[in-house]
Amino acid sequence: MVLVEQSLNGLQFGLLLFLLAAGLTLVFGIMDFVNLAHGSLYMMGAYFAATFTAWTGSFILGVLLALGATLLLGIVLEFVALRHLYGRDHLDQVLATFGLILFFNDAVRLIWGPAGLALPLPAWLTVPVQIIPGVYYPAYRLSIIIVALAVAALLYVVVMRTKIGMLIRAGASNREMIGALGINIKLLFTLVFGLGAALAGLAGLMQAPILTVQIGMGENILILAFVIIVIGGIGSIRGAFLAAIFVGMIDTLGRAFLPDLLRMVLSSAAASTAAPALSSMLIYLLMAIVLVVRPEGLFPAAKR
Amino acid sequence: MKKTFWLAGAMALALAQPALGADSIKIGFVSTFSGPTAAIGNDMRNSFELALDHLGRKMDGKPVEVIYEDDGQKPDVGKQKTEKLIQSDKVDFIVGYIWSNVLLASLKTAVDSKTFLISANAGPSQLAGELCSPYVFSTSWQNDQTPQAMGTYMNQKGVKSVFLIGPNYAAGKDMLAGVKSTFKGQVVGEEYTVWPSQLDFSAELTKAKNSKAESIFVFYPGAAGVQFLNQYAQAGIKAQIPLYTAFTIDELSLPLQKENALGVPGAQQWVNDLPNPENKKFVEDYRKKYPNLRPTFYGAQSYDAAQLINSAVVAVKGDVTKKDAMKAEMEKANFKSVRGPFKYGKNHIPIQNFYLQDVVKDADGQLALKTVATIVKDSQDGFHDKCPMK
Repeated sequence: MVLVEQSLNGLQFGLLLFLLAAGLTLVFGIMDFVNLAHGSLYMMGAYFAATFTAWTGSFILGVLLALGATLLLGIVLEFVALRHLYGRDHLDQVLATFGLILFFNDAVRLIWGPAGLALPLPAWLTVPVQIIPGVYYPAYRLSIIIVALAVAALLYVVVMRTKIGMLIRAGASNREMIGALGINIKLLFTLVFGLGAALAGLAGLMQAPILTVQIGMGENILILAFVIIVIGGIGSIRGAFLAAIFVGMIDTLGRAFLPDLLRMVLSSAAASTAAPALSSMLIYLLMAIVLVVRPEGLFPAAKR
Repeated sequence: MKKTFWLAGAMALALAQPALGADSIKIGFVSTFSGPTAAIGNDMRNSFELALDHLGRKMDGKPVEVIYEDDGQKPDVGKQKTEKLIQSDKVDFIVGYIWSNVLLASLKTAVDSKTFLISANAGPSQLAGELCSPYVFSTSWQNDQTPQAMGTYMNQKGVKSVFLIGPNYAAGKDMLAGVKSTFKGQVVGEEYTVWPSQLDFSAELTKAKNSKAESIFVFYPGAAGVQFLNQYAQAGIKAQIPLYTAFTIDELSLPLQKENALGVPGAQQWVNDLPNPENKKFVEDYRKKYPNLRPTFYGAQSYDAAQLINSAVVAVKGDVTKKDAMKAEMEKANFKSVRGPFKYGKNHIPIQNFYLQDVVKDADGQLALKTVATIVKDSQDGFHDKCPMK
């Protein structure tokens, strides 16, 4: 019973990470652009959702508006700032997007203040539901799993079954060639960046009721997203999906069961201290092993 | 009338002797002013500024200059800022420190330079014990004291078993050790989470729920407290297992925790509604000066820190080189604290009362913290025996 519940916790965390990593891997893989400000878009999604929900009084409406707003913000950001950085090397991009993190953090402090916001859930999402006899799971976490799976399926269909998806895949494997074939690569990049922004925003606003909406909320989680795209293979949505679930499971199950395992060999106090440190190390260990065995990631996008 | 006369006289004197007016009392203030816990640092600064307003921005007639520095909640940064304040700004006092790990990293710099350090929040066990110093005072508590009071309250309620959850850093360990030292029931489980990066407590909550414990105790300061309470309520555990807390619900986190915090008890040495006149003045003027904000215990401790410094400066008539005399004066705690009267132990940690606070709806339907009862009177920390000071 505990195992089922903890696995669901891991799955939910993994799927949330997937939403963040999917946008990052698209932008990194297709546009060859390192976007550290991806975490800021995650934060903006959460702030938009909290604001719009307070304005409209409806959680669903607030979330939909926030999604649109983050998409728009992503497109504007690409158009105004990032477009000029494509030709530059990665260091310039890292510096510029790091600057954007500072910009967004201070913009949020100016607009919303330093204290953070709350995004309360409607009552129907705050009850635990019985999924199998005897196992109750929070309705909201369950809805995260469902929404994220639906988005994953939608992404799969878009990327694998539509013309736009074909262009995106083509862009991931050979950027110059599709430009030479007369495809409007600029428009494609704007579109991909907007999509990535919307995915980050979705992750942020879905995480918001569980965590607080606060300045810098995207920074810690962005590190995990980078770990996932490295494990999954840069530019690969499928890789990001599987790697995210891996990472979510390892992190949660590690936290859940490692302390008890360690207590069998160590004293209780030492185990309690060592376990959280060790469990947060596990995913980086996984990344190191993947880098040694398959430097391209587990499911690399087609070779350039 | 009389006051105006004295004021005019003092001003004339100040004008006549510009050499005396030139030197000022310099105070360095290290706290967190950026990142997710910046709201706490802001509250401490607001309260310290209010205390200076109440003192006429002078101590024994000398103007007070405060230099605020941001530690970013990082021990290494806090240490650097402490060094900068002491070595290049040459401050007379250094105040602040929310986080135990930041204070422990900064402590040696202050003690070695014989600069008075007033901790307005952090109270690691080492500070009360082997690392106690003549130059270090606390206007807060030793970390274990507040959870000890909570453990005592749980005994009074007849709680038989508890599941403990806290962050894996200096204060987190002190807090859980504190509950364990007074709680007479069974400790079913004990979980530490990665601090400050871990924000999702689903794995720990699932374990607590399945442990069959009768109660849960947590310590999560700042935004983590909001996250924990939200997740506790969303998981439906609030209806099954009651929660007991230390430093998890305060005036900063309550507006974000909302109804999720209703009926969740906490222990505290200061609550906004303590009835002494100094406290009433503090809370009223704070709310006047900073509309839409309410002071927290962090602020109350910072307010007291300013009053403690003032008492020392006044006792030596503004001559801050007389360190022994200032130390002797501060040991008397000879000022009107907003928590009511308290004494110092020989390790310079307050011996004070702890109250039970509850979250209730006030007259205008807003959520507020309320003092319900006194849990322990004159609580002294358990580490004072390890302090070599006499």
